[in-house]
Amino acid sequence: MKIDKRQRDGATILDLQGKITIGEGDVALREAVHEAVGAGAVNILLNMGRVRTIDSSGVGELIAAYTTVTNRGGKLGLFSLPRRVLGVLQITQLVTVLDIMEDEDEAVASVS
Amino acid sequence: MSAPSRQTIRLSVSSRYENIELVLAVVDEALEPLDVDEESAYWMGIALREALTNAIKHGNAQDPEKKVEVALEVGADGIEITVEDEGGGFDPAAVEDPLAPDNLLKTRGRGIFYMRKFMDKIEYDFGAEGGTKVRLHKKFGGPRTGAEGDQGGAE
Repeated sequence: MKIDKRQRDGATILDLQGKITIGEGDVALREAVHEAVGAGAVNILLNMGRVRTIDSSGVGELIAAYTTVTNRGGKLGLFSLPRRVLGVLQITQLVTVLDIMEDEDEAVASVS
Repeated sequence: MSAPSRQTIRLSVSSRYENIELVLAVVDEALEPLDVDEESAYWMGIALREALTNAIKHGNAQDPEKKVEVALEVGADGIEITVEDEGGGFDPAAVEDPLAPDNLLKTRGRGIFYMRKFMDKIEYDFGAEGGTKVRLHKKFGGPRTGAEGDQGGAE
């Protein structure tokens, strides 16, 4: 999985591209979030628009990222989820826990 | 043109995560001539990912010397996928409900839940001398068992 990091209005945005699945994407996501937090990021937004597939390990990493960021007083948001990726989160009721937003503007406004 | 006849495919892969993609590619090839709708194929792929992950991670503890045996029985009416590891087995009844409030924020424990949701039926067999075998069944052309079918549409 490819991850690019950028800043917008005080939020750190991670643009994810590829699969968040065991052994590759899950590790890349974990490292990117820890690196961002280590660099001082408080509010992190995950751009999910180009995520093709997620499995239970990837879902676990999203939760780990959410816990890491919120335990430090920050916010972790997800936006632009493809229909099937959203479906994987819906079926395990994680849409009631994670902050999921329609698009980047909404996500940035939520942490500004 | 008549529908392709039923076929059996057997694979034996070492316990490495990269082999998950290899098995999925073979399944895609097997499904290609059967006109399986893309939605069903996608959710079946997620379920198979979880079965392979469990075999590699929990069953074989990522020991590359241990094999994961995969058998596909595929025809126009459906597919049965068997994934077998060399591990010590587990008690399916002891697997916690990932939807329980106390479990929602746990980082693991959803794989079997996804398998049950995305396939029509799953069954476990445990060998007397070890090894876990999970069978995943999916009929083609039946009601959808993907995330949309349970949630009334994800979009």
